[in-house]
This record gives sequence, structure tokens and C-alpha cells, in this order.
Amino acid sequence: MKQFVMKRIGYCVLSLFLLSLTIFFFVRVTGDPATLLVEPGASPEDIAAIHHQFGLDRPLIVQYGLFMASVLTGDLGQSFYYRTPVMELYWSRLPNSVMLASAAMAFSLLIGIPSGILASVRVGRFWDNAGKVFALLGLSLPSFWVGLVMILVFSVYLGWLPSSGSGTPLHLIMPAFALGWYFAASHMRLTRSSMLEVLGSEYVKLARLKGLPQSLVIAKHAFKNALIPVLTLAGINFVIMISVAVVVETVFAWPGVGRLLYEGIAFRDFPVVQGTVLMLGAMTVVVNLVVDVLYAVIDPRIRLAS
Amino acid sequence: MTTTSEVLTLPSRAARFGFIRGLRLSGFPLIPTAILLGIAFVAVFANQLAPHNPEVGSLVARFKPPFWETGGTTKYLLGTDQLGRDVLSRLIFGARVSMVVSITAVLFAGVVGTTLGIISGYLGGWVDQVIMRLVDTWLALPALTFAIFLAAIVGPSMWNIVIILGITYWTRYARVTRGEVLSLKEREFVRLAIVAGCSKWKIMLRHILPNVINSAIVIGTLMVGVVIITEATLSFLGVGVPPPQPAWGLMLSDGKQSLMVGRWWLTVFPGCCIMLMVLSANILGDWLRVKLDPQLRQL
Amino acid sequence: MPSTPLLELENLSTHYVSAQGTRVVRAVDDVSLRIHAGETLGIVGESGSGKSTLALTILRVLPPAARIVRGRMMFEGEDLLRKSDEEMQKVRGRRIAMILQDPMASLNPLFTIGNQVAEPIRVHEGASRATAWGRARELLKSVRIPSPETRVTQYPHEMSGGMRQRIVGAIGISCEPRLLIADEPTTSLDLTIQAQYLKLLRDLQRAHGLALIFITHNLGIVAKMCDQLAVMYAGRVVESGPVSRIFNAPTHPYTEALLNSIPKMSDDRQRLTAIEGQPPDLSKLPPGCAFAPRCPRAFDRCLQSAPPEIAPEDGRTARCWLATPVIGAAASVLRREAV
Repeated sequence: MKQFVMKRIGYCVLSLFLLSLTIFFFVRVTGDPATLLVEPGASPEDIAAIHHQFGLDRPLIVQYGLFMASVLTGDLGQSFYYRTPVMELYWSRLPNSVMLASAAMAFSLLIGIPSGILASVRVGRFWDNAGKVFALLGLSLPSFWVGLVMILVFSVYLGWLPSSGSGTPLHLIMPAFALGWYFAASHMRLTRSSMLEVLGSEYVKLARLKGLPQSLVIAKHAFKNALIPVLTLAGINFVIMISVAVVVETVFAWPGVGRLLYEGIAFRDFPVVQGTVLMLGAMTVVVNLVVDVLYAVIDPRIRLAS
Repeated sequence: MTTTSEVLTLPSRAARFGFIRGLRLSGFPLIPTAILLGIAFVAVFANQLAPHNPEVGSLVARFKPPFWETGGTTKYLLGTDQLGRDVLSRLIFGARVSMVVSITAVLFAGVVGTTLGIISGYLGGWVDQVIMRLVDTWLALPALTFAIFLAAIVGPSMWNIVIILGITYWTRYARVTRGEVLSLKEREFVRLAIVAGCSKWKIMLRHILPNVINSAIVIGTLMVGVVIITEATLSFLGVGVPPPQPAWGLMLSDGKQSLMVGRWWLTVFPGCCIMLMVLSANILGDWLRVKLDPQLRQL
Repeated sequence: MPSTPLLELENLSTHYVSAQGTRVVRAVDDVSLRIHAGETLGIVGESGSGKSTLALTILRVLPPAARIVRGRMMFEGEDLLRKSDEEMQKVRGRRIAMILQDPMASLNPLFTIGNQVAEPIRVHEGASRATAWGRARELLKSVRIPSPETRVTQYPHEMSGGMRQRIVGAIGISCEPRLLIADEPTTSLDLTIQAQYLKLLRDLQRAHGLALIFITHNLGIVAKMCDQLAVMYAGRVVESGPVSRIFNAPTHPYTEALLNSIPKMSDDRQRLTAIEGQPPDLSKLPPGCAFAPRCPRAFDRCLQSAPPEIAPEDGRTARCWLATPVIGAAASVLRREAV
């Protein structure tokens, strides 16, 4: 078990390294980074000053070192627009994103898992087909469009729900649905196929042969096994949700990190853009690590096999 | 499972009628394919089909609703946007952007991903390790966020977007292809080729490649939907195809401004187009997946 | 000692129907068999001959595409086909138990051995957790698993193949069934362990008074373990009777070919004899005898009409025109009588 965790941590570090390298590299390679680092409308002297201040005239290795040094100490620069450290901005916005993602995840699991189980037990019949349509739509509709249409229907025409901002649970409903539909579809599909696979397995057959009632067979033998891949996916999806929420947060003006990224782009606030991407990437990698380890805890086979 | 070099080939002319009837019976998704072909057609003949110039509008005709609503005219069938540009024409030209970007990006990602997957799987050893580490670490990063970042840094241009999309999604191909190659390596016909003295590259090209093309095609069709949505997302956020070139995502972004005053046509129509295209691609991809290799059903 | 059979199958047929209803696979076709208490019946056949489907039919644990189209299954005087699913649940595991071929796949990887062995006891007898787990430990001991106290809290993947199969056996006898069906239980075990396992089965059988249906493709095992034998081909029973008699004088050419294909040390043949041809497609069976295309002794009648079960002597049946005492004459089809 220890080795397993060590190995996973190793990959995690490697990913983070690659993340920072890629960010660093791309910024340098696509033109003079000074133009990004300086506020819009600066003069050539300002640009020269930036060159000197950020050490852009030093060799790349040194630059990378400086970059990493500041990142590792938590200094991601300062936002041009807000005049506050990027790190601070990020952490102040993160809880909102987590709240949105939690609501969306809850929605996706509460809809996805039961409908997936139902579809697998009633293959080919009404609920299976209805589920397939729901899933197909969820996977094909861009989340921000769903959000926009919902605003149109529920805010503009019906006036039931607020179209932007946060604060009350009512504010959360539409964004959570818009964000969660895709994942509900994905979880539903996986639950269904996982259940079907498990229901066709030998140990389920033996369970029936033992004379266990069908409800026990499904609830005990099939369910736990079928759920493993779904929960793993859900765990990984949580962080992805936070990242993908960029557009939904933008549509609903939800004050999360996704919207922060959008603001950074819209206001040409480079430190915010770079910092947010770095943090989102790091978060994704670390959470994947945690999920991997948790997975090993649930499934005894992984624990001992490694 | 595919036996010796079962390549996806089209049957001879004479057999084609039987082929089509056979497709029909096997649940071939006729409507989605027709939609995709229709969109492709519109994209190619945009110049002939669009009633107005999509990039220049007349400010007198701003915010006209579709012709069946009060205030609409048949001159601008689906209404106009905030600059008086005809929505229908912009949709038509937007199809061109969507088609070009999605197909090129998918091909680009496919070529890079499949090639690296074959090389990695076949050569094994440290090459395999390096490439797979790269794939794993790349996959660990949030794709959309990265695409947004790259697009923001690199600056707006259609080809930049294509390259960025390709870079973001090549890993999907590599993983699956490598897995297939690993099992193909053990098969008789590959061993025969080795014994017969074929060079590594020749084997990879003439024996391995035709057998992994099937899965690559399946992944490709499934990727089309993802790529289109990503491109629309990038355009919506303002880092995609640059204005005034019409892209459906960009139209949605423009439309958002006037959503609260009820100008629904600026949002609904572009979104429907995206939905139709992605839905059709996904249905077709699902069908292909089942047809070409049932083993890929887990994808 | 004539007595009523423990289990009697009469004209049992199970068909698989494809989704569109176009293809019908006659997996089990007009099978009649019987087994008495304490007896061992071997069912032999190639893969695809219908043996496993037959076993699943008895316990009515068939996949949704399968349909039992006709026949009777009399077990201890009751027709199993007339039972509802809840009633069948009480039969499964408790009165008739089954062991499957692959022990690794048969055991749920997420639950402990103790949990899985105790489970049928808790469900069928309503026993408390403590009682059931106590019984589980005893059962593990009776199948000769060393240190059952520690094993009981372990997981399936921590055991060897032989141990897993014994555990599956323990599950099988846990509720003291009258009949145990073993579907190729030794096929996935190492040769060295097979003999041990067979001995274990025989000992268990004697200790618990079990009737045993042993499904296998290995005639050697049949010779060692079984009293009665039924040979299946293309879903039908082509020959049945006491093992020793059939081995000495097989009636059906298929049985003969099977026996001949076993290489013997005393042979001075140069090559192995295999049976020519391929097993038939069960959805497109010929009108005549299913084995006729491959049969070295087939003649016209064989290809035209399928032979019914004929008794060449008491206690044996064979589905072969060659078994009639007088070929061509009005052959009397005798029902097999209990010996």
C-alpha cells in the first residue's frame, strides 16, 4: 500500500512539473511575454522596465527557476484589475465554485445512478429508452447554451428564478442543472453499462443459484461492484466540473474561479489568467491523486495487488 | 475481433446497392448522417446559399426578430443581431467555421495521437514509457482550462484554434491505439512479418495501421462533438475564432447581451445548430462504435 | 431397488430466441433423464452440446433470451416448472445446489469468504450472523481448508484456485441440499489438484447422502466418479445408462468415437483419432439425426428422420437407429424403466 501511494505521489509531482513547464513555455514561446505582463496601453519604457523586473533578459533556465520559486511560495503575482494578489482572489472565489460543483454533482448522482440502475434492470423498455434520450441530450448540448435557454425560459418569460449572481438557493438551481446535466448523462451511462456487466457476471449467477432473492442479488452483489467505476468517475469529474464551470459561471455571473478566469481574459489581466490556470491544473492533479488512493481503500484487490 | 488485415474498405460499385440496403437494416442512423452531410453542404456552398453578407450589417436593421414575429421581415428570415447582420447568413457561414475547425482538429489530433500510439505500443521500452507518461500527465490536466489558456495566450485565429484543439485532444487516440497495438503485436501475421525481415516502420505502416484505423475512426466521430463544443465554448468566452468571422459560439456570446430583453432568436438558433451537429455526430459515432468493434463499447 | 427418482426430467426443451425472434437455438432438445438419491450421474458432451444450459434449466437461472418451451422437471414429487420464482428461490441453494466452473469468477471479489459462505445459511435458515459464521467455519473445515478461522475473514483473491473451488463447494453444501450439480468443477484446476478435489466431492457425497450430477467433457473423470452416464450431442441425450455398460459396449457411434479418441498407452495407433467434421449449428438442425453428417455408420434413414430414444437393453437408451433390435420393422420405443 505504501508503495502504491508513493508511486501515485510521484506521478502527481511529475504532472505538476509538466503543468508548470507547459504554462511557462507557452507564454514565452508565443511572443514577448512582457506584452502580457504589462498593463494595456503601456509605453516602451514600461516594457523595458518589465523586462528587467521579471528577468526576461536572463537565460530561460533562470527564468524558469524564478518562476517556480515564486509559484512554490504561493506568489502568483498581482491582478492588474483588482490590485490584489492572485492567490488571494483565487481562494476567495474557490468556495463558490465548490458549492456550485457540489450541487451539480449531487444532481448528477441523484439522477444518474438510479436511472442507470433502472435502465439496466429494464433493458430495452421504456425507462431504458427514456434514459438513453436524456443521456444523449446531456452529452450533446453545450452547458452554457442550456444555461442561456433556461434563463430565457425561467427568468425572462416565467420570472421564477434569478438570472445571475449568487446568494440564495434559488440562484443555485439553474447553474447547477446546466452544469450537471452533462455529468448526469455520463454517470447514467456508466452506471447502466457497469450494472449490465455485473449482472452478467459469474458471481451474480452464483448468487442467484444460491437462492438469494433478486432484490438481495441486485442490492448487495451487483450494486457495490457496479458502483466502483461510477464513483471513481464521479471523483475525477468533481474537479473537472470546477474547471468546466467556466462557461456556466460566466453565463450566470456566478462568482467562482471560472468566472475569475473569464474576467482575467476579458480584462487582459494576465497574472489572473496564468495564476488561475496553474491553480486549477494543480487542483485537478492533486484531487486525482486523492481519488486514486481512496479507490484503493474501497477495493481490496487494488490494495494488495500493488 | 479482426482477423488478418480486415481493413475498412468500400465494396465495389456493383455491391453498393446491397451495401446501402444492408446499412438500412443494421440500424444505420440515416437522419443524423443526412444532417451532417447537409451541414457540410451548407458549409461548402455558403457563398451561394447565404442571402446576406454575414460580416457587415446595416445599423438600420438592428435587432429584427424572425419573420414570423411582429416587426420581422422576410428579408431577414431569422432576424438580425446587434449590428444588423442577418442571423441566417451568419449561421450558414458559421457552419463553415464549425465544419472546418472540427474536421481539421479531429484529423490533426487523430494523426498525431494514432501515430504516437502506434509507435509507443509497438516499440515499447523507454519510448513507450516516455510517451505514456506524457499522455498520462497530459490527461491529468483539465483539457478545457488548458485550451482556454492557450487560446488566450496565443491570440485569436482559426488555425491557432485548430492546433490548440489538436494538442488538447490527441491523447484520447494515443491511449486506445496503444492498447490495440499491444495485443496486435502478439498476432501471427505480425510475427510472420518480423520473421520475413520487414523493417519496424514498414510493419507499423502496412500491418498495424490498417488494423487500428477502425478504432481511430470511432474515436474521431466521438471527438467531433467534443471538439465542436470546445470550439463553441472558446468562441463564447471570446478566445475563439475572431470576429467579425461568424462562429456559432460567438453568436451565442453576442446574443447573451440582449437575452434579458427577450431577443431569443439570437440565442436559440445558433444553439440549435450546435446541438444538431453534435447530436448527429454523437449518434453516428455510437453506431459506428457498435458496428466496427464491439469491444470499444466501454468508450 | 426400484424407487422414485430424486429428479426426473421428461422431454425437457430449452430454446434461445434471438431479439428479433428470427433465430431459435435449440440448446436443450427433448431431454429425459433421471437420477436417484445418492447416485452420481455424469453428463458428457462437447462445448455447445447443451450440458450447461441443461443445468441452468433445472435451477431455472437462464438468461432472458432463453425459454423453457416444454417438458417436466419432477423433483421430490414436485414439478419445478410449475413453481413461481419465489418458490424456486427456496429450492435453489437449499434443496438443489450448483457449483460453477471458474471459482475466481464465482466469488464476489468485494466480500469476505465468511460472508459468502454464511450468506445462504442466513437467507434460507434465517440464522443469526454468529450461527451462520460458525457454520461457515465448520464448512471450510469439512472441505479441508487449513486454518479456517483466518480464512473466513479473507477475500477471494487471496486464495489459490484449488481453495477457491473448495469454498464454492462449501457454499454448495452449506444448506444440506439433496442434489448437487457440478458444472465442470475441475476444468480450471491444475491436474495435480483435480484428483484431490474429486476425492473431496466423493467424500462429501457419501457423508451427506447427496445425489451428484457431474457435468464434464472428460470421460476419464466419468469413469472414476459416476454411476450413470448421459452423453449429449447437439442438445439431445444420445445415449444414457450405467457407466460400466456404456464404456464396455457403447451403442451410439458418437459415444464410441468419444471413447476411441482417448489415447491409451496400450495403443499402437500412430495418430490420434479425432471425430471428423464440426458440431452442428443449433439454430439450423437437420431433419434427421444431428450426428448423421459426421457418423461413420450413418445410412439413409439417419439423414431423413431423427431417431427417438430407443432402449437396446434394460436401463439404457440410445438415440440411434442402429439401436433398434430389428431395423426397419416397427421398432417398439420402450420407456426406460428404473432399475
